[in-house]
Amino acid sequence: MALPKYTEPHYRIWHYIYLTICGAVFFFLIAPLFVIFPLSFNAEEFLSFSDGMKRLDPDAFSLRWYNDMIYGTKNPWGLAAKNSFIIAIFATIGSVILGTVAALGLSSRHMPYKGLIMAVLISPMIVPLIISGVAIFFFMAKAGLAATHTGIVLAHIILGTPFVVITVTATLSGFDHSVTRAAASLGSDPVNTFMKITLPLILPGVISGGLFAFVTSFDEVVVVLFLAGLENTTIPIQMWTGLREQLSPTILAVATCLIILSTLILVTAELLRRRSERLRGINR
Amino acid sequence: MSSETKQILTTDGIPLEVSLKKAERKNKIKAFLLVAPLLFFLIITYVFPIGDMLFRSVDDKMVTQMLPKTFKAMENWDGQELPEEEVFAAFHEDFIKLVEDKREGKLSTQLNYTKNGFKSIIKKLRRASKKFEEGNYKEQIMSVHKRWADVEYWRAIQRRAPEFTGQKYLKGMDMYVNEEGKIVSVEEDRRIHRVLWLRTLEIAFFVTVFCFLMAYPIAHLLATLPMKYSNLLMICVLLPFWTSLLVRTASWMILLQQQGIVNDFFVGIGLVADDNRPEMMYNKTGSYVAMTQILLPFMVLPLYSVMKTISPSLMRAGKSLGGTPFVAFWKVYFPLTIPGIGAGCLLVFILAIGYYITPALVGGASGTLISNQIAFHMKSTLDWSFASAMGLMLLSGVLVIYWLYNKIVGIDNIKLG
Repeated sequence: MALPKYTEPHYRIWHYIYLTICGAVFFFLIAPLFVIFPLSFNAEEFLSFSDGMKRLDPDAFSLRWYNDMIYGTKNPWGLAAKNSFIIAIFATIGSVILGTVAALGLSSRHMPYKGLIMAVLISPMIVPLIISGVAIFFFMAKAGLAATHTGIVLAHIILGTPFVVITVTATLSGFDHSVTRAAASLGSDPVNTFMKITLPLILPGVISGGLFAFVTSFDEVVVVLFLAGLENTTIPIQMWTGLREQLSPTILAVATCLIILSTLILVTAELLRRRSERLRGINR
Repeated sequence: MSSETKQILTTDGIPLEVSLKKAERKNKIKAFLLVAPLLFFLIITYVFPIGDMLFRSVDDKMVTQMLPKTFKAMENWDGQELPEEEVFAAFHEDFIKLVEDKREGKLSTQLNYTKNGFKSIIKKLRRASKKFEEGNYKEQIMSVHKRWADVEYWRAIQRRAPEFTGQKYLKGMDMYVNEEGKIVSVEEDRRIHRVLWLRTLEIAFFVTVFCFLMAYPIAHLLATLPMKYSNLLMICVLLPFWTSLLVRTASWMILLQQQGIVNDFFVGIGLVADDNRPEMMYNKTGSYVAMTQILLPFMVLPLYSVMKTISPSLMRAGKSLGGTPFVAFWKVYFPLTIPGIGAGCLLVFILAIGYYITPALVGGASGTLISNQIAFHMKSTLDWSFASAMGLMLLSGVLVIYWLYNKIVGIDNIKLG
């Protein structure tokens, strides 16, 4: 955004003010995340930069909190991580299957009551989590699924499907339906057509919806707080308890790992989005 | 050429119109069958439970079932004078049954909600009732404690007769039904819920405003920069978006604590004295700062996707027609971004109004929202019907906004990432 040479001085000044504001906002957005990295390597038990760290003294840095995270006897991070991954993976599979199939129906132009049904399917994303938590808790308690993995997985499927529905419907909006008709006219049955023709074309949308569902489940704490027993503790629950009781640097070590994980997910999601745009560009 | 319209037939002799309709219906059913699994799953596990909340929030069967004979006998009582012996006898019969089942404690808790002072007199009645003689229960019960001879307390019992009640909703707005059956507000210093509702609206509103003010310039920058720079800057928006909410809250807890980096910085530039570091966490400031940063991406993304579609030549045209850049911006660019503003503001407002985790961690007592109160009643006081009532009050507010969102943006136009 270079300014043309003839720009008047006061617009020039305004332009620099604008850039400064933007810089400040970007800093506000991203900087808090980077506080966690150095502090997680703190050799001391404080959550602020020690004098040694400010001097970049190597002795002031250590891996003791990572050590504590993995080998600490009191720390249930291992169990929490195992539970989180199991729950998130099953919730993602469930959300992706239910969501993709529903999106296929929704993007058919024959679908009756499209608006109303869409509103119901998206509602878990819009309704405040605390209300979803209360409602789902009542259901799971009645069904005898409170404090079980199954209950939490089902709850996360509820919360994850809207994302899959939205991303897959968006991908299908640019979808050329004549290719499925071509497949049908060549004698392919609907399941075969879906697996061989439709799915490969909408796969980027499906995967990015799946990523949303995974992150939603992996990061979800409000509903799990209502549902989980001691056995079902997850990483977010452990972080929540840790943050409420005392901020130990071990939490920062966990947080650093989570930031790395989210960076990986972000990169995957971005690559998929671009691929999807490219694919849809070809289809047009 | 025949003038009458002949029915067109398909090859198998069925009229085309019928055949088409049949195919159409088949397609409809096919499409619906695809949606059905998810739809029914959600209806059973999600929509019905929300209906269940509605039921729980007005359900008041407990006392009705504990004192069935009393309420039957009370049907003929006008509530003016003390009830007749018949009512006392029925009450005694119900009460003895409750004592046998060890449920009289529950009754006293429930009646105490309606009127203070029931706890002690029910305890006294339990002890005394063991020595009661048959007949003339009115005299015997009234002699246990003078409150049992007070008609106010019998009216309080009568008020619990209906199976359904709206009192939890009234309680959520700090109101109650008084002795005369009128709806009145509680005393000024006990209006905790109204304060919470107002604070929730206030915080949600200002967080939305702050998000808008911060998101607009950067969304504009992202939309106008060349692709290779904007993709890089986009990471600054998307990384927080994908990062765990708890991680982001944790980082604010580190930054805002009294010995934290923000305070260090303020001391460093001489803004505040070292021994007078301000509390920036466990109060409203904490909620504002953390929620604004956490919700900012939800404002940037819709704004960006709208701004991306606005051709830069429109601004150039505005300027070439004699408008200053400010006029061109205000008259041409800004109106075109209004759909994005609407989408972003409604999204952020909806998310902010139901926020729970961040206010609970950084909000302290003065920065908590209505969600925290709901969680408190679910987990600590176990008053689930009250939690349901407040949840539904919040939900109805959100649904109005959701409906607006649907009108303005269209629910199928939501874009993610």
